[in-house]
Amino acid sequence: MLKKFFHAILLVLILPMFSLATVGDGNWLIQIPQKSRQKQNPFKGQAEAIAAGEKLFRANCSKCHGMEAQGRDPRLNLHTARIRNATPGELEWLLTNGSMRAGMPSWSRLPEGERWQIVSYLKNLR
Amino acid sequence: MKCTEISRIFYSKFVFRIKTAAASCSFLCCLVLIFILPKTAGAQESLFVTYTHHMEETGSLEISTKAVSGFPNGANTFLGNALEFEYGTKAWWTSEFYLDTQTTVGESSVFTGWRVENRFRTMMKEHWINPVLYVEFEDINGADKSLLEVVGHDGRSDFLERNNRSERKREIETRLILSSNFKGWNLSENLISEKNLSGEEWEFGYALGISRPLSLLATPNPCGICRENFSLGAELYGGLGTRHNFGLPDTSHYFAPVLSFKTFRGPTFMVSPSIGLNDNSHRVLLRFGVAYEIGQVFSRFSRR
Repeated sequence: MLKKFFHAILLVLILPMFSLATVGDGNWLIQIPQKSRQKQNPFKGQAEAIAAGEKLFRANCSKCHGMEAQGRDPRLNLHTARIRNATPGELEWLLTNGSMRAGMPSWSRLPEGERWQIVSYLKNLR
Repeated sequence: MKCTEISRIFYSKFVFRIKTAAASCSFLCCLVLIFILPKTAGAQESLFVTYTHHMEETGSLEISTKAVSGFPNGANTFLGNALEFEYGTKAWWTSEFYLDTQTTVGESSVFTGWRVENRFRTMMKEHWINPVLYVEFEDINGADKSLLEVVGHDGRSDFLERNNRSERKREIETRLILSSNFKGWNLSENLISEKNLSGEEWEFGYALGISRPLSLLATPNPCGICRENFSLGAELYGGLGTRHNFGLPDTSHYFAPVLSFKTFRGPTFMVSPSIGLNDNSHRVLLRFGVAYEIGQVFSRFSRR
């Protein structure tokens, strides 16, 4: 009885891993709902928000994306057209939900205001 | 004769100190690592017993120590400690390894066992309620006092016996973690079940937690003591009996406010006094912890 139970647990845990492993990195931009895309950054253009966003970026994101957002192999360089062309709403959606199959975690543990501050910093990257 | 007695006393004191030092070693190792390792980031801990759906970032290693001190009536004061290594295997999968030790005043300082756990986030996007599956295997002995969870009929009476390392507990623990974020608040519920593999029945428990940072916005400049670095929370946890004796009778329950302080790109410190809510509970448990995260730990060793 106990053996059967453990086999069941193993199956429940292992099967989803294989199925997830076969799903490659999706294009996160496609998944974003229209409502989220159109969200406006409440701190748009505010120098304080950009500076706070830079501080948050360095504390939380730089371990993967580098101190200057230049990327650390295999993590994404954020000085790219994809990030430049993304709307603030799209970037905030990505920070909230992550792109877990591609390794990008959800940053929902940061309050929404702080996520928008990071977006301010990202949109200010040159 | 006199000389033998002196040497015996000296030896026993020496051995006791060695044992105490060994039990404290994990705590000190953690502190040393915290202060010598460069380029690290703040950890994500905000509660002691309750898990949220926030996972470790991929490739990051969090080293933390969770200590609990209790002062049971009719038994000796103890300090249990769990040294934890938490690794982000995937963005949706976090693995942890624990080493448990404890010191009981007037008894001994002992290594009490180890635990391995895995948490799997079942939904790849953020929802109102985010379920996470948790599976843990632990191989500990009867002297373990780390109190990482309360299940079944766990209570104060378990701590009245002297340290007993002969009892072996190989247990499997599962949790269903349900967690939500709303306007800076995190609300988490854990339903816990645990089974000793030597044929004992399933035991059940619960943990509820709520937490919130004191400020929802960051300041532009790095700051040490500012509201954004503090987080306040509260936990309610306890046992729910066993499979054949389910319910609240003869169980213990605790309420615990939690304060955490995250230093800028440094360790996170946490403290929580747990207050026992019934006669089976310890009157007070004092929990404290330090957590430190090393970002992209394996890429540090790879060729640049």
